[in-house]
Amino acid sequence: MESKKPLLEVKNLKQHFFINDNYTVKAVNGVSFNIYPGETYGLVGESGSGKSTIGRSIIRLYKPTEGSISFDGIDISDKLTDSENKYLRSNMQMIFQDPMTSLQPRSTVLDIIAEGLDIHHLYKNREERAEKVYKVLEKVGLSKKHANRYPHEFSGGQRQRIGIARALIMNPKLIIADEAISALDVSIQAQIINLLKSIQQETNTALLFIAHDLSMVKYISQRIGVLHLGYLVETGTTEEIFSNPIHPYTKSLLSAIPRPNPLLEKNRISMDYDYKTSGIDYSKGINQNVGGSHFVLATDEELKKWTTNSSN
Amino acid sequence: MDKEKILSIKDLHITFNSYAGNIHAIRGLNLDLHRGETIAIVGESGSGKSVTMKAAMGIMNENAKVTSGTINFTYYRGNEKVKVDILKLSKKELQKHINGKRIAMIFQDPLTALNPTMKIGAQILEGMILHEKISKKEARKRALELLELVGITDADKRIDNYPYQLSGGMKQRVCIAIALACKPDLLICDEPTTALDVTIQAKILELIKDLQKKLNISVIFITHDLGVVAKVADTVAVMYAGKIIEKGTVEEIFFDPKHPYTWGLLSAMPDLDTRDEWLYTIPGSPPDLSAEIKGDAFAPRNAYALAIDKIEEPPMFKVSDTHYAATWPLHEYAPRINMPMELRRRIDRMLKEAEDYGIQKTSFRG
Repeated sequence: MESKKPLLEVKNLKQHFFINDNYTVKAVNGVSFNIYPGETYGLVGESGSGKSTIGRSIIRLYKPTEGSISFDGIDISDKLTDSENKYLRSNMQMIFQDPMTSLQPRSTVLDIIAEGLDIHHLYKNREERAEKVYKVLEKVGLSKKHANRYPHEFSGGQRQRIGIARALIMNPKLIIADEAISALDVSIQAQIINLLKSIQQETNTALLFIAHDLSMVKYISQRIGVLHLGYLVETGTTEEIFSNPIHPYTKSLLSAIPRPNPLLEKNRISMDYDYKTSGIDYSKGINQNVGGSHFVLATDEELKKWTTNSSN
Repeated sequence: MDKEKILSIKDLHITFNSYAGNIHAIRGLNLDLHRGETIAIVGESGSGKSVTMKAAMGIMNENAKVTSGTINFTYYRGNEKVKVDILKLSKKELQKHINGKRIAMIFQDPLTALNPTMKIGAQILEGMILHEKISKKEARKRALELLELVGITDADKRIDNYPYQLSGGMKQRVCIAIALACKPDLLICDEPTTALDVTIQAKILELIKDLQKKLNISVIFITHDLGVVAKVADTVAVMYAGKIIEKGTVEEIFFDPKHPYTWGLLSAMPDLDTRDEWLYTIPGSPPDLSAEIKGDAFAPRNAYALAIDKIEEPPMFKVSDTHYAATWPLHEYAPRINMPMELRRRIDRMLKEAEDYGIQKTSFRG
């Protein structure tokens, strides 16, 4: 894994929002991680932990306060030249949480999906444009006959498929899925997850999967990063995180996952974690390797304490 | 069952009048709830979960019409036992005796459920002063107790906060406090944790469970999250296309499901041990309820459908005293159909997991 060149390298990313002279929201504080071509990286954490902000900084909806982001060898954290901008905008795409509000209600599905093609002039004539849209519709499990309809005529799951089609038509190298399945029913969630997986196998697109549903994240991701209060407290392969969580926040997060097993669930009480009373200062911690690609944000003493506790 | 029935819904039919024609949203629903019991109603969006509960509270939309059925609710006025049909009460009677006082509801989104221009204390007091005619001072004292009960620290400071000053989890706790203010007999929770984070979700569910035990109230949970069901429910009712198609104790539904739709629901949710390459999905989409449905509504999506499924609707077959399912394979002349292998394996895994934790295994093995 390590020998491959990462598609996306995020180094010490900081994203602060200036509100007024006395108050700055520090949404992301020095986060570093890599995404390799064709892999799925899951980003989990509670609301307000900075998951979405990271996604938006990467796709450059915000200008990062500090740190560097390089995408496919191009530094995209600073001012973008026209050609860099063009490259970024076509090779990185986003799927949003709410499929209703992210689709223009007054455009047909055909126009919504073709918008990227229009902007980048990627067709010779109207027939070619429509043909490309039909092809991608087919890929996401919709059909040609849906192309001339409007978003309100579709169900939630179908709308999310349209959102995916819009991202796919540009043949992106990286798709950022920001809570892409949270608004859907359980059985529809499974359909969308299967779709994302099959597309990934076909096109070798990398996926940054932002979500708070840990069982889905575990299912789809090869590697996971756990965010809390803008710090990446733990990252590693899915196996490493789930079988050997080290950071107390990760532990409490894992303990809170509802299991569909009534015999267990009735007796289980989730673990408490309160940053204020835990005595941990995230800003003092450094990224410590605990084997393989497993990193934990901790000071030396903290790491010692956590690792000895868990072996008891 | 010698337990007292608190809510009894019989043969409920509800039709919505919309521009696309009449939508038959609830098609003959039967449901019983006993005092102190927690029931979870699960199903896809559009299966009629919320509509049923809105009918039970008498807060249906303008264009909804109950075409037949009764909703009997039993409560005590002083020491006198009163049994009413909620559908026959006037709006005024409902507001005086039922809504907020004896049946309370918690909604999905705590932000929109609270009034942004009122302090949370005032919102908790509102119902108490209206229904119980107690003084403002006394009501405030009770509001403080309630806030502590639902786990809000510094209750005396928080009581004068506005909703925007609270986090999502705290707002939902306030909604629960409001719902409990008049000591209701029945608490309806409509997807109470869908809008919340996992960590907070677990806390809120533990809170509701705890309060239910303390106050001996009945709780109806509307949800599509089976993890939530496993955590809180005593009984589960699975809804599909406006009907309850399977109901039983939580163990029966999770470890010995009979209806193919329940199989699908259980299979579609990945647990932490799912390693299958593809997640199971239920093919097709729910039926159009504006058209007449012939036979079993689930038949077009059911890989195990029999010929009779397309002709006649299955009745509720009895599996055990507490377990019923509406599917033809349970008929004595029907061929025996087993649940899919993957699901069987998962159930075995769950039973084994429980065994590993030293929890007493229940008697059935499907």
